[in-house]
Amino acid sequence: MNEMNAVRKPPVATTGIIGWLRINLFFNWTNSLITLFVVYCLYQFIPWILDWTIFSADFKYNYLGEQITNQEMCSRNLDPENGGACWAVIYVRFYQFIYGFYPKVEVWRVNLAYIMLAFALLPLLYAKLPYRKYFLYFTYIFPVIAYFLLNGGLGFTEVSTNKWGGLLVTLVLGCTGIALAFPIGIMLALGRRSKLPVISMMCTLFIEFIRGVPLITLLFFGMVMLPLFLPEGIDMDGLVRVLVAVTLFQSAYMAEVIRGGLQAIPPGQYEAAKSLGMSYWRMNLLIILPQAIRISIPPIVNTSIGLFKDTTLVIIVGILDLLGIGRGTLADTNWLGLSYEIYFFVSLVFFIFTFGMSRYSLYLEKKLKTGINMGAD
Amino acid sequence: MSEESIISLKNVNKWFGDFHVLQDVNLEVKKKERIVVCGPSGSGKSTMIRCINRLEEHQEGSIVVDGIELTGNLKNIDNVRKEVGMVFQQFNLFPHLSVKENITLAPIWVKKMPKAEAEELAMRQLEIVKIPEQANKYPGQLSGGQQQRVAIARSLAMNPNIMLFDEPTSALDPEMIKEVLDVMVDLANGGMTMIVVTHEMGFAKTVADRMVFMDEGKIVEEASPDKFFNNPESDRTKLFLSQILHQ
Repeated sequence: MNEMNAVRKPPVATTGIIGWLRINLFFNWTNSLITLFVVYCLYQFIPWILDWTIFSADFKYNYLGEQITNQEMCSRNLDPENGGACWAVIYVRFYQFIYGFYPKVEVWRVNLAYIMLAFALLPLLYAKLPYRKYFLYFTYIFPVIAYFLLNGGLGFTEVSTNKWGGLLVTLVLGCTGIALAFPIGIMLALGRRSKLPVISMMCTLFIEFIRGVPLITLLFFGMVMLPLFLPEGIDMDGLVRVLVAVTLFQSAYMAEVIRGGLQAIPPGQYEAAKSLGMSYWRMNLLIILPQAIRISIPPIVNTSIGLFKDTTLVIIVGILDLLGIGRGTLADTNWLGLSYEIYFFVSLVFFIFTFGMSRYSLYLEKKLKTGINMGAD
Repeated sequence: MSEESIISLKNVNKWFGDFHVLQDVNLEVKKKERIVVCGPSGSGKSTMIRCINRLEEHQEGSIVVDGIELTGNLKNIDNVRKEVGMVFQQFNLFPHLSVKENITLAPIWVKKMPKAEAEELAMRQLEIVKIPEQANKYPGQLSGGQQQRVAIARSLAMNPNIMLFDEPTSALDPEMIKEVLDVMVDLANGGMTMIVVTHEMGFAKTVADRMVFMDEGKIVEEASPDKFFNNPESDRTKLFLSQILHQ
């Protein structure tokens, strides 16, 4: 008997494509009906969307072969029967979408910063990267390099932040907001759970106040009120003021997310750490936070994606991020009426970034779970 | 008397809210002495040993461990915790670290031991608890008995003078209890000062120098194992023993 059991294999879960279709799509008649309906909808929709976005679309030239320089030359405006999307607007305004009004002579600095950002993210994303330690050193000094590269100083010509725009602003706000909010959020979460009443009360007040106020209000607050708190004569850059508001907002949310993770750690972990003679900070840094953050990865990524999209609100205070440039283009008489194309493009860029973040968090969850049973009993 | 004592509890009182969990507890433990504490659940035995390394705070009386009095002074608490190792019912291994990292963590970060030395120490401790082959696994991959032995190794790596055991076998399947008790017997034979809260009476008979029986927050009886099991004084002890030995 034992020998037979040893060689017996588990039953095959599915029997090829037909079996899979049977089980998943045509299990019974309602299931089949829904499948057919969905197939019909896709059949109607997919050719249309492909035709509009690609096959009938103008990219640089219209159907007469002329280079498009304004909306009147788009195929769909020349001949409504014969044209799809007019992507020429993106082509013509591409520079603004990516760099805003950054001077063309200096634009290599932005490109270099984009490339360096990719290198700075690498060691954070892949723990198994060879020479990860040295890459990490680079990651730590990257913000400083990026500041001088983008803003100027140290021999670079200064480029005022009101010339920045488009994807550049979106990425600066998103990355800085997320990167700064993470450590601040951790401190706030620990503070709120602290046994010292003054610290706990201050952190709770801060979190509840920031969370209870809409981001737009905080942005106005940053624009209008922050300068009042500064000594006279010191002028705070507009983008920095917005960054402060965005970071405060994000850190309050991050704090609550991490606090949730902290609450999931069984008290035995604290006791074991204490009984080994660890101090409060060692216990939290080595034992509690690594576990709490691991549990909180999905909501951390969730709020980060939220913030990345919320950066579009800076348009309210006159900063032109990706969406802002899009709306600016729409207001241009040359490109009136091309809202489909512009919003489609802006959505696509946001989607690429947020989808990347979401996929990465799934990968991270899977990687960190292997071989580790979080319930230690 | 108290000069020889390594642990001394005098008139210790503690309340959880209105519940008087420790009532005038007095206990003297000499160096290398092995004490087994038993009693029904809720009798305060866990709370008492958790007071000895300040996982719980006592409200009245005094606790002196190795000449250091436990007060609000954080420095004293840290020093006591370096002297006292503790093993928990639920093991409380760190699930995000491998077995070896679990053991080396405190020596490296608390004692500032170089990493290579700490790893060597960890392997020696794992030899003592007889599972050196599990060094690179994670706690979640081990059986309960193996986890508890890692927990003992983790405590021993800090080279404590005193070991506290809080029902170390209560969360284990019956066939794993022996492997943990064997390690504890070895430890006792090696001359470690131990206070063990347990219901394993076989272990108590072989190892204990003294039995302590607690009920309703008080120490009801203190006696040698021989007297405790064969000729207990109080009726409460007799009732408890008859219940526990009948199982």
